[in-house]
Amino acid sequence: MISVDSIQFAYHKDQTFLIPDFTIKGGEALLVLGKSGSGKTTLLNIMGGLLAPQQGQVFIDGVSLYSLKGNERDTFRGKHIGIIFQKPHILAPLTVEENISLPRFFVNKSSPSRVDHFLEELDILDKKRATVDTLSEGEAQRVSIARALVNEPKIILADEPTASLDDENANIVVNLLKEQAAKLNAALLIVTHDQRIKDQIEQRITITRKDL
Amino acid sequence: MNMFKLGWKYLMVKPWNTGLNILLLALGLSIITVLILIQDQFENKMNRDAAGIDLVVGAKGSPLQLVLSSVYHIDFPTGNIPLDEADQLSANRLIKNTIPMGLGDNYQGYRIVGTNHDYLKLYETEFASGDAWLRPFDVVLGSVVAEKLELEVGDTFVGSHGIAAASHEHDEHPYKVVGVLASGGNVVDQLILTSIESVWYSHDEEHDHDKMEQEVATTGLPETSEEETREITTLLVQYRNPIAAVQLPRMVNSRTSLQAASPSFEISRLFELLGVGISLIRGLALVIVSIAALGIFIALYNSLKERKYDLAVMRAIGASKGQLFFLIILEGLMLTFLGALFGILIGHFFLFVLVMLNEQGVMSGLTASVFLSREWWILLYALVVGVMASLIPAWNAYRTDIATQLTK
Repeated sequence: MISVDSIQFAYHKDQTFLIPDFTIKGGEALLVLGKSGSGKTTLLNIMGGLLAPQQGQVFIDGVSLYSLKGNERDTFRGKHIGIIFQKPHILAPLTVEENISLPRFFVNKSSPSRVDHFLEELDILDKKRATVDTLSEGEAQRVSIARALVNEPKIILADEPTASLDDENANIVVNLLKEQAAKLNAALLIVTHDQRIKDQIEQRITITRKDL
Repeated sequence: MNMFKLGWKYLMVKPWNTGLNILLLALGLSIITVLILIQDQFENKMNRDAAGIDLVVGAKGSPLQLVLSSVYHIDFPTGNIPLDEADQLSANRLIKNTIPMGLGDNYQGYRIVGTNHDYLKLYETEFASGDAWLRPFDVVLGSVVAEKLELEVGDTFVGSHGIAAASHEHDEHPYKVVGVLASGGNVVDQLILTSIESVWYSHDEEHDHDKMEQEVATTGLPETSEEETREITTLLVQYRNPIAAVQLPRMVNSRTSLQAASPSFEISRLFELLGVGISLIRGLALVIVSIAALGIFIALYNSLKERKYDLAVMRAIGASKGQLFFLIILEGLMLTFLGALFGILIGHFFLFVLVMLNEQGVMSGLTASVFLSREWWILLYALVVGVMASLIPAWNAYRTDIATQLTK
């Protein structure tokens, strides 16, 4: 379960983002909509523990994310939060398998079977030893999803996960996210302005910027 | 997945760059390795070979040359001295013992040294086979000579005049091998030892066959008949007491036609002369190592710019700041560790080649197959360089701002 409580953030004084309070329970999905520049990615960064809000708090299963300091927060993120970016950001020197096992290594867990499990779930087991330059866009995005899921997070944050995909792949990716979030009983938050996926998730909020 | 593998994968993104940095560092460190190896062994060898010899007396000339030719057998002798003068000097009360040496011949580049059995005692030699010489033209071979020339007890050969190979041969009288010495790791390994008489007789025009059957002098100077005026090349002198060190060299140099030179003094003078060159080479090595360190720093720093994104992604998937700091330091350490490893290997290989090419020269008796404790310092030194070169890039990695990097 993740909830945000009176978050305030602004890069410039008169450009405050208006972010409503909300809660996503385990197994639920929420769509965050908003125009370009309305603070969608900023919200995602705040929720992922990557960017401290100027005011307010983020609670994950009762833990106040920003009361954790430095390495504690990094480890907490590694264990409990899976982040999927607009671009896959696969680490090029590593193979698909190594990319996916990296989050487990960073939090000192090792179980190759988990890696295989998610490779299979996302239908990329045959790409196990491949490097990023041999993957298609859709496959790369699935690798990044597997990487976000491999530590079995409580929260899955996806930032425009379908923006660079065609209709078919966009559909597959959204369905995968929903399906896996349900399996892990994780809270899923998708930030998007992609019209194609609006209908697939019922709960939604819209955020805006004061001066927009 | 582990840190080493992760770091290695990133180093291998630019294999040529990484290889060049390792090579450069290895080059600098190999020079230092060679210097350490040579210096250590050379000084040891020089001291070992001169042990027990307090003074060398020979013909006037360069004292360094006198010491090099008659103690280390590397330079040419300064000339000969009359036997009677050597005899007189040997009787001096300050002298405990003298060992005569007759130099000037060789066989296939290995020097034939006419001396007596005291010389064997001086180096505490042991026989691998056979025994010491007793008659003229009996020779005892140093271990290296026997091995390289494939000679055994009972074999004969004809010596040549001069101390370099392929000079005029004394064809009348072959030398006969009567003993082969065990390796002592000193200059004797490279020598062919015989009696002073052998050296004399091989240069005589006429041949008196009776003399050939007489036993040679095993200690002191050989006795000669009145009409003969014999010469020897040098005398190795052992002092009776410390006063001799003060009085004897001055006495010899000022009152006789001979020259006295102290091995320890001449060798420390030689090291002083070489010292400038060694410092220069060491300086050069340090410059190369510094450039290598700079290269590693620049490589890590530049790759970091390209990797900021990757590092941010790693943070986003759970890597802590500390882990990334450690990762970059580890990359620096891996580079310099490999550099040091290759450097030490190349250094040993370089010395091996050097020794192989100079078997009979100054480098003889040196070996590349030793590992000195000082080489651990090279490794440590390299690792310190690695940490220093990667500190700033690692700090940058530590402070990477994830949100800004990822939204760029």
